[in-house]
Amino acid sequence: MMGKESSRPLLDTDLDDVVLEARLAKTWETPTGFWGIFATVDHKIIARRYLATAFVFLFLGGLLALAMRLQLSRPEARFIGPDRYNQIFTMHGTNMMFLFAVPVMEAVAIYLVPLMVGTRNIAFPRLNAYSYWVFLFGGILLWLSFALDTAPDVGWFAYVPLAGPQYSPGKRADLWAQMITFTEVAALAVAVEIVVTVFKQRAPGMSLDRIPVLVWAMLVMSFLVILAMPAIMFASSTLILDRLVGTQFYNPAKGGDALLWQHLFWFFGHPEVYIIFIPAVGMVSTILPTFVGRPLFGYLALVSALVATGILSFGLWVHHMFVVGLPRVGESFFTASSMAIALPAGVQIFCWLATLWAGRPVFKTPVLFVLGFIVTFVMGGLTGVMVASVPFDTQVHDTYFVVAHFHYVLVGGAVFPLLGAVYYWYPKICGRMMSERLGRWVFGLIFVGFHLTFFPMHILGLAGMPRRVYTYQPELPWAGLNLFVSLSSLILATGFLLFLIDALRSWRHGRPAGSNPWGASTLEWATTSPPPAYNFRRIPVVSSLTPLLDNDGELTVAAGLRTDRRELLITSVVEALPQSRESSPRNSIWPFLASIATSILFVWSIFSPWAVVWGAIPVALALIAWFWPKGSPEDES
Amino acid sequence: MTSAKSVKLAVGLAGICLFFIAVFIGWARQPRQFRVDPPIAAALEQFRLMPNAISGTPAEVYFAMGKPYESTAFDLSQGKRLYAWFGCSQCHGDGTGKTGPSFLDGWWLYGPSMVSIVASIRDGRPHGMPAFKDEMTIDEIWQLAGYVKSVGAYSTSSKAPSRNDDKTDRPAENRAPAAILFNEGPVLPRPDQGPSR
Amino acid sequence: MIKALIIAVLVVSVAGCSGNQSALDVHGQSAVALKQLIVIMVIACAIIWLLVSGFLVWAVARRREVRDDEVTKRKMTVGVQSAAIATVIIVAGLTMISFYTTRLLNSAADDAVVVTVKGQQWWWQFVYKQDQNQALFQTANELHIPVGRDVRLELESIDVIHSFWVPSLAGKLDLIPGRKNILTMRADRPGIYRGQCAEFCGLQHSHMALMVIAEEKADYERWRMSQAAPAREPTSDEALAGKDVFTARQCAACHTIRGTPAVGTSGPDLTHVGARQMIGAGLLETTRGSLAAWIADPQTLKPGNNMPLVPLTSDELRQVSAYLEGLK
Repeated sequence: MMGKESSRPLLDTDLDDVVLEARLAKTWETPTGFWGIFATVDHKIIARRYLATAFVFLFLGGLLALAMRLQLSRPEARFIGPDRYNQIFTMHGTNMMFLFAVPVMEAVAIYLVPLMVGTRNIAFPRLNAYSYWVFLFGGILLWLSFALDTAPDVGWFAYVPLAGPQYSPGKRADLWAQMITFTEVAALAVAVEIVVTVFKQRAPGMSLDRIPVLVWAMLVMSFLVILAMPAIMFASSTLILDRLVGTQFYNPAKGGDALLWQHLFWFFGHPEVYIIFIPAVGMVSTILPTFVGRPLFGYLALVSALVATGILSFGLWVHHMFVVGLPRVGESFFTASSMAIALPAGVQIFCWLATLWAGRPVFKTPVLFVLGFIVTFVMGGLTGVMVASVPFDTQVHDTYFVVAHFHYVLVGGAVFPLLGAVYYWYPKICGRMMSERLGRWVFGLIFVGFHLTFFPMHILGLAGMPRRVYTYQPELPWAGLNLFVSLSSLILATGFLLFLIDALRSWRHGRPAGSNPWGASTLEWATTSPPPAYNFRRIPVVSSLTPLLDNDGELTVAAGLRTDRRELLITSVVEALPQSRESSPRNSIWPFLASIATSILFVWSIFSPWAVVWGAIPVALALIAWFWPKGSPEDES
Repeated sequence: MTSAKSVKLAVGLAGICLFFIAVFIGWARQPRQFRVDPPIAAALEQFRLMPNAISGTPAEVYFAMGKPYESTAFDLSQGKRLYAWFGCSQCHGDGTGKTGPSFLDGWWLYGPSMVSIVASIRDGRPHGMPAFKDEMTIDEIWQLAGYVKSVGAYSTSSKAPSRNDDKTDRPAENRAPAAILFNEGPVLPRPDQGPSR
Repeated sequence: MIKALIIAVLVVSVAGCSGNQSALDVHGQSAVALKQLIVIMVIACAIIWLLVSGFLVWAVARRREVRDDEVTKRKMTVGVQSAAIATVIIVAGLTMISFYTTRLLNSAADDAVVVTVKGQQWWWQFVYKQDQNQALFQTANELHIPVGRDVRLELESIDVIHSFWVPSLAGKLDLIPGRKNILTMRADRPGIYRGQCAEFCGLQHSHMALMVIAEEKADYERWRMSQAAPAREPTSDEALAGKDVFTARQCAACHTIRGTPAVGTSGPDLTHVGARQMIGAGLLETTRGSLAAWIADPQTLKPGNNMPLVPLTSDELRQVSAYLEGLK
């Protein structure tokens, strides 16, 4: 046997499990220590970092929200002055949208998509590592600016001319615009990886109609990112050009237009909220069937609704500009399209309701969050139908009614499913269960706290309270409701604090989980908890939508990949027939170094346009080193 | 503790330290000044001028404040607003000069120091520069002086204001094109301008 | 005339100086139509939400066995399809209602009062026109309109984007630099209506309010005539001294008082400031004390606004506040 092993490649076909696991671990593992931290390309490690970082940003943003509610609890309060308050609400929105909501959904995708499609690593793993560092440095840039009293203070949407060169002195708006560049580069990188992974790296037999709904959701999200992010990158780049170099994009006196900014921003901004919502839909569709004991109803309807939502989301953006003075006929088109998107959303809700009706739900914490999601998101969607109407919007645009609406759809529609997803997949990620008892408390406090905090805002908006105000007059009838809202926000904060405690405690002291504690049917539960570095001993082969429920739990696998170099299987787009073997890159320090060079370029360009020229040199060097063949076994294949 | 954990701990602690250093710097930085305390405003008025009202010394309080009017983007931007509101462009154009001297010819008739410019605005100068003592408060005069100085700056400052949202043709102050526009100086609209002996 | 006066007094005493600022407390032609739409949509959506939530509660509370047979699947298919069709119908209906309301909000009649609104950081300038082009007078932060007649507001911005919003009378419309937007408003009955800027415009966006005072025709004409006239001469010695302080000191460089040498244009027109309900764009009620407080330290009351702290002695402050209070 010795002679034969040395003369042919080490395939996984004939090896027994113990030897196979040892060889694969050696090939795929990330070493501990300094090198491992900065050079890993394992999608699970990077996704865990993304998740942890995004949740840190969530909590920081929540602290900002508590500061705002403190200031707004009494009329003409003097806790926070106008300059600091403007920085705080801008930071709150910017942080939540760019540093928490999109990255956390991408984190879930990075972790789960390769596992759910049955492959060993995500496509372009070094790009994945690079994107995390770029995201982290962008977030650090923004929060450092807040610590230094130069945080942007122009709102998360930075309308010109307020954010323009004349009315926004200093570097505040430039820091905002450049942070956008950081996060959009990271988001685009991840989106590209997900599209390629989903199209080309699926397990054999996982044809398009056997892809889990979560994976479809992440695929649609990725396409939205690819098509929408360029608009905001263009917008933020032209804003920096106007401010730094003196171009005239947004200067009406010289042929520019203040409305150009709004169109560009909202062309991105509306798909952005669907980038956040659609993955949550995928999570709900995955959690629900596990806990009701029957498969999801309406797979085709759900997937079609996802795709339809994604496509339609590009035709809605003017509903953010209904009071700008555009022609009424044009605005009415966007009323119709904004109302129309209620249909695919409604179809999804009805499919979930049908699944619940026909099944027998077990009320574990993830299901509680799904139920909370349905109740809250439907209300948010209905207020969305209200604000989609142009005349209705002329009374509630830029008031607390809209604040209530978007918190209902974003918190209800994305954060509730996300929290449920954390409870659901925590065993897979960390190997331990979270506390069911604490989970119920977390859900109860967050659900009650959320509704008590945000429902009165509908009333405040109709009663005339505008948005983005740091205080209000005592003679107006808003003081009582504002105090109520501020006190309720403490309940919401307590719920999140309990969640943090539960997550941290369970990491060390949670009940150990097996590979499939919930009895779920998707492929990530076919491997250990947490999964080994190589994900699966052998690539699974699927023949249905619920591979773990077929064959009495025995998983069919494909063999034939090498164990001495990193290899994964490429399959065709539609039928997932095996096509070729592909090398997956080894650990590399160059993504980290390239991200440092990129950050230097971006930060320097806030201060001087020459940074684009001189700062490109280190980036080019880093990229050359990144792609330079290193003679590793993967390069030879 | 394994080396991975200790590295993570080190990195985490470094990050937290960095954040707190930044917070300290932010706290120590002067916040944007909307309101000048009346005693400080009175002190800003007490700058001492040399004979001929060229150059001199600002009050000590100016240094204690960190020389804000020359170096804070907010104050420079406010100065630019004041330039528009108080009709400076009637005589000085957009800095290129009309009946009044240009700020862009590399030549300061009364010297480039802040105190001279403040004195020019506050007390006026011979041959047509009105006194704005009764039209602007002293901190506004300092803001305007800081802006005027940035118009004629010799090198780029990232703090100088950028282009206006109007029809100006002169390149923005933060591009330091002043050097490009410098004519052979001094170009005096009137031959007898300048300090009298 | 007496009747109008009594009504005006009653309205003022009932509404208080702050006025109504609510989309649900409506007295304007378009705001009434908007409120009807709001009520219809809120009721319809509330019913839908109750149905969905009710079904959810019922579906999970039923505790039946898991069913996966063909009959159940057919029931679910029919259920989802019917719900989808119902959604289409309801959404189409709400869209139609919305379009109908949009058409109701028509543009101004020919005999409308025309006012140019110039939004600035952080106050409102109103220019009333004699006829199409000739400006009759300017005022700030307080708009008087005749009851029952269309008012055509030409919205322009001097600096950044603002939004004109008086919820009791009409929906909002933005003031965008480089564009002129037209908003039509009509009050149904006399009253004081408060509005506020509704597009984030910087440091003092929170304190950029305006008052709209709707009056009967005769009162409105009288107000218009008095506004077009130059400022009243001061009667008391104190006020006379105040006028001298005003014109000699920094005040006149930014503010206009018609009939005096004060012709500054960067701040609000103060010709008839004493007659206005509030100063500082809805910040304080106009009294001698509040005028003095404002002048003494505008930056503490409204930090970041464009009025500097002008150092005056207490005598000067008393005199100026007496003068300004008398400018009715």
